[in-house]
Amino acid sequence: MLELAIGILLGGCALGAGCAMIAGIGPGIGEGNAVAAACEAIGRQPECKGSVTSTMLMGCAIAETTGLYALVIAILLIFVAPNLLVNILLKAVGA
Amino acid sequence: MKQKSFRFIAADILYISMMILPFLAAIVLKVLTTPLSNGVEITGARIFFTVPMPIQDLIITEAQINSLCVMIALSGLCLFLTHGLKTRDVSIRQHLAEWIVEKVDKLVKESMGDYFSGFVPFIISIFGLSAFSSFMSLLGLFPPTSDINIVGGWALLVFFLITYYKMKCGPLSYLKGFAQPVAFLAPINFISEFATPISMAFRHYGNVLSGSVIAVLIATALQGLSNLLLGWLPGFLGEFPFLQIGIPAILSAYFDVFSGGLQAFIFAMLTMMYVSDGFAIDEYFARKTAKQNINK
Repeated sequence: MLELAIGILLGGCALGAGCAMIAGIGPGIGEGNAVAAACEAIGRQPECKGSVTSTMLMGCAIAETTGLYALVIAILLIFVAPNLLVNILLKAVGA
Repeated sequence: MKQKSFRFIAADILYISMMILPFLAAIVLKVLTTPLSNGVEITGARIFFTVPMPIQDLIITEAQINSLCVMIALSGLCLFLTHGLKTRDVSIRQHLAEWIVEKVDKLVKESMGDYFSGFVPFIISIFGLSAFSSFMSLLGLFPPTSDINIVGGWALLVFFLITYYKMKCGPLSYLKGFAQPVAFLAPINFISEFATPISMAFRHYGNVLSGSVIAVLIATALQGLSNLLLGWLPGFLGEFPFLQIGIPAILSAYFDVFSGGLQAFIFAMLTMMYVSDGFAIDEYFARKTAKQNINK
């Protein structure tokens, strides 16, 4: 029975990590829009290529933040949570 | 051209060794303390020793040691670049130092205004610290920026700076700032105040960490692939991971050099933006002149 409980726990952690990374869609779309707009701007005014590129990189990095939150949560779920949760479970069972 | 004196050369050698020796020491420490293992593992910073403390034990990890190494190396670089400054027939290193100082000066003045010109040393040091910490993984060392504690400390520092500059117009106007634009939004403003350092720390940490995780995954995959392709060869040739040569370096160029440098730049830019946004410069000077008028 304990094996089953631990298995469900580990599976839940892995599933949760996978679900968390769905958040990667948002930054992908956002950064795509940002780069498209930057390309348009450079096409219209090639002389301000430098400042447009640096502003775009900065904006992209900020748009990435939500994706990185998801990444951090996924990494915590994969590397940190299983140990922690299994210990809690074992303590609760008293084994 | 005048011959350089012995003292000058000796100081140069000292500064150059200050730049190189910390990294060598970190590599030696890593080689000595890493246990032998077959598989590729994704682990956090290695814990060297624990200092017992009353509330919580103080843990000295690889990240702290490595960030100290970066600090010593950066001090050596600064001393080396500014050694022997002259007004005429300047050396290449003085040109380099002047170029860096001028660039950062211009950047800070453009994005923060003239009032914050004292911020130039802080901004360049946080940029250099962050960039060189991320570049440390080029040497195969643990980059301190992929530990949340290090980056969190910097973000906390920036948070204190923001709060200090918001408080400069008096604590009352600081509290009033939470009730902008409407009073019932105060809880949300309060949360967003504390979200700033958290988001700064997580952005930097997540970027560097994701790079190292992907690098490890790719290295493992390439090892498996080369085993699959040449595993039938006898002896040493079958175990030789020939695909692991060179290919991870291309990824490292993106994840370590480009991403690390970009994140350092963004951390510095965000610091400047948040601090200069938090400071109501017009109100501050209005209050200052009002105070002076009262004193008269």
